[in-house]
Parts: sequence; structure tokens; C-alpha cells
Amino acid sequence: MNPNDYLSAALLITGAVFFLAGTLGLLRFPDVYTRLHALTKADNVGLGLMVVGLAVQAESWSVVGKLLLIWWLVLIAGASVAHLIASGALQRGIRMWKP
Amino acid sequence: MQPLYLALALFLLLNLGAGMWRVLRGPTAADRMLAAQLFGTTAVAILLLLAQATANAALRDIALVFALLATMTAVAFVRRAWPNREANHESK
Amino acid sequence: MTLLTWIFDSLLGLSLLWLAWRALACPNLFKAIVLFVAFGLLMALAWVRLAAPDVALAEAAIGAGLTGALLMAALAKLHPTEAHNDFAVPPEKNVTKVWSWQWLPAITILLVTTGLGYVVLSLPPYATGLSTEVAANLEISGASNPVTAVLLNFRGYDTLLEIVVLLLALLGVWSLNSADLDHKAAPGIVLDTLARLLTPIFILVAAYLLWVGAHAPGGAFQAGAVLGAAGVLLLLAGWRPRTGLMALPLRLVLVIGPAIFVIVAMLTLLIAGQMLEYPPTQAGALILILETAATVSIGVTLAALFLGGDPRKNNRNKNHT
Repeated sequence: MNPNDYLSAALLITGAVFFLAGTLGLLRFPDVYTRLHALTKADNVGLGLMVVGLAVQAESWSVVGKLLLIWWLVLIAGASVAHLIASGALQRGIRMWKP
Repeated sequence: MQPLYLALALFLLLNLGAGMWRVLRGPTAADRMLAAQLFGTTAVAILLLLAQATANAALRDIALVFALLATMTAVAFVRRAWPNREANHESK
Repeated sequence: MTLLTWIFDSLLGLSLLWLAWRALACPNLFKAIVLFVAFGLLMALAWVRLAAPDVALAEAAIGAGLTGALLMAALAKLHPTEAHNDFAVPPEKNVTKVWSWQWLPAITILLVTTGLGYVVLSLPPYATGLSTEVAANLEISGASNPVTAVLLNFRGYDTLLEIVVLLLALLGVWSLNSADLDHKAAPGIVLDTLARLLTPIFILVAAYLLWVGAHAPGGAFQAGAVLGAAGVLLLLAGWRPRTGLMALPLRLVLVIGPAIFVIVAMLTLLIAGQMLEYPPTQAGALILILETAATVSIGVTLAALFLGGDPRKNNRNKNHT
């Protein structure tokens, strides 16, 4: 393994940890709004770290471009859906969790 | 590196399976939708890992289509199928 | 490493079976839709593991993207009042009567499963099928992706019939209902921006899939599905085409794919004496023309399916809704 591989492995594993955190948040958090918060971490940071980790290993710049495009699309989708669901939940009077 | 890619893909698949509990449990429709959204992102990550592990560039195109269509179900849910008075049924 | 793939594959297969069962058995229709979308995601992964990226691409575009949106819209039509809506199926009053008829499909399914199992088990363990024939004739097919060569050249009439099936599905929907073309609630700035931002990328990716289909996984159905998704997203964001476009122009676009296919079939029948037997020198160009027309028709058909009815009947039946 060369230094590139170590960097890539570290990024990929960190990304996977964010996915785990997102799933745990989805399962453990008490209401829609907090679950939304957990979910977007997996979408944005988890996939982002994975994309960067794979881009380090990519064989050409076009692959890097495609990986970044995929990440950008997921970012846009995650942000928009989070906003739509959060405002929809507020409109419908889904109550926020209070400790 | 290949075993690491496959191990991480398996790990993400297990994550996805654990998230299934939220789909079954709810309680609101929005919660189930959120889980589906996370599944989409997880599937993109799994495909990218498999593309690297099996050196099959076509899998990145599948991930691209997934990422592109990730909003469709959720937007259709918010715009069409979300009932107006769901909060009353939250206890179910 | 082989152990890892083995665990991955078995987990994937078991999850698919479990999801299919849960989606069928679930009384809450919304939950069933979400489970079905998850099933589509995992099914695409399963096709990847089965080394069929072409099918995985189609499953990703249709199963995980479009079907979810279509089912959501269908669910909204099932519960038009939305007042006491918890997505539950109303309890059956005469459960016993329904139950007494369930043995018929059960026996049919059992027979089909037994037959399929028998066929699968009686296959020779190492068969090449027709893949060597396809590989031998790939050079004259006009495409270097064997799947495209089979779909558009060797078995072109299958693809023609598939496109016609899609058109028939749309005609069925049109005969049942009128389209809901009224402008609903404003989409809001987020959805509006999302639709404006993504639509050009949808079209670009559709063109890319169409082009890449000649030598890698991709092709008319996948590209058409992505194009249809662009239409669905625009419709969800509140965009409605002008009523003038809904009559003749829409119908022309819907039939252009099958029409060009039929014209090419007849020309090849007259010139070469065989339906859809292209001259090898022009095969590549012909496939590209056929696929482009098919992509446009498939995309518009899928978007029109999402409207859920005949767009021309809108004004006449407005008082009903």
C-alpha cells in the first residue's frame, strides 16, 4: 500500500462512520426534525468523504468529475428534500420534541 | 484495497437493513420517507464502492442515475401524497 | 474476499425476499410504497451483482425513481378527500368469502414456481446460450455493446413491440380518467429552483445514456426513463404545458418512436427482404436514429402516464372533481 491508499482508506472509513451516525440518528432521534438533521449528515458528509476517498484512487480526471457530479446531485437532492419535508411537517403541525 | 471496498459496501448494506426499522415503525409518513432518502444515498455509496472494487465503470453511471432521481419519490410524496392532518394519527 | 462477496450477496438476496413479502403483506399502503422503493434500490444492486449493469440501470431509473413518484400520485388519487387519511386499507367485511377464492392464485403461483424451478434445475450447468453467436456477429451489428446489438438489431422487433406496449399502457390510462391539469399550490422557491436546476442535467444525462448505449450499458429505455423523470419533476413543480400542445403535438411525439421503427422495418423488408435486417454499413447510424426517436417517445409517454389521464378531457370533466 502506498500513501495514497492510506489516505483513501482513512477517508472511506470516516465516510462509513458518518453513514453509521446517520442511520443511528434515524433510529434513535425522537422526532422528524431531529431525524432530518441526522440524515443530512450521511447524505452530505458521509457520501462526500467516500467520493473524495474514491477520487484519490480514480484512474482519470473524467472519473473524478463524474464522482463530484454525483456528490453535487446528492447534495442538491438532500438539501431540497430536507427543506420540503421540514416545512411540510411544520405546516401539518407535527410537534417538535421537547426534552 | 479491494477487500476494504467490499467490506465497506457490506457495512453500508447492513446500515441500510438497520434503517428498515424506521420504515416499519414510522410513526409519521415523513419518517418513512426520510428512511427511503437515506437508502438512496446509501445505494449510491455502495455502487461507487462496487465500481471501484470490480473496476466496472458502468456502475458509476447507475450511481449517477440514482443520484439524479433521488428527489423524485420524496418530491412526489410532499406534493401529492402527504395527508394534511397526519399529526392526529401520530400515536398509531 | 470471496467470503465478503458471499455474505454481501446472501444478505442482499434475503433482504429482497423479506422486502417483497413485507411490501405485499403490509396493510398501510404508504408503508408498502416506501418498502417497494427500497425493494427497487436493492433490486438494482442485485442486478449489478448478477453482472447485468444494463438491467440495473433500467431498474435504477424506473424502479427507484419513476415508480415511486407514480405510486405516490396513485395513492393521492385513492384518497382524494385526505381528511381521515391514515393510508390504511379499509377492513374487509366479508373476509371469509375473499379467503375462499385465494386458493386459485395460490395454486397458480405454486404451479408456475414448480415449473420454473424444474426448468432452472434441468438447465445444463455450463451453457453459453447465444452469447457466442452474438459475440461472433457483433461487428456487423452497428453497436459494440452486446445488449444494444441484441435489442436494436438481432431482436429489433422485440423492442418495437415493447415500445408499443408502453403506448398501449398510456392509452389504457387515457381511457380511464381525465388528467388533473389544474394549478395546485405554488411549488415554493425550493422546489422551483430544484426543478430549474435539475431539468437541464436530466436532459444531458439522458443524451449521455443514449450515446453511451452503443458501446457500454445504456440505451433508449434508460435514457427515456431519465427524460420521463424530468417531465415528472416539472409536473410536480407545477409546470403545465400549453393546452395547444396537449392535442396533436403530444400525440405526434408519443408515436414518433414506434412510427420510425415501423418505417425502418418496412424499408428493410422491401430492400433486404427481412424485417429490421440493417445493411451492416448503415447499422450504426440506423440504430442511433431509432434509439433517439424511441427515447423521446418513451420519455414523453412516461411523463404523460404521470398525468394520470387524458389531458384533453380536463375541461369537460372539471365539475366532477
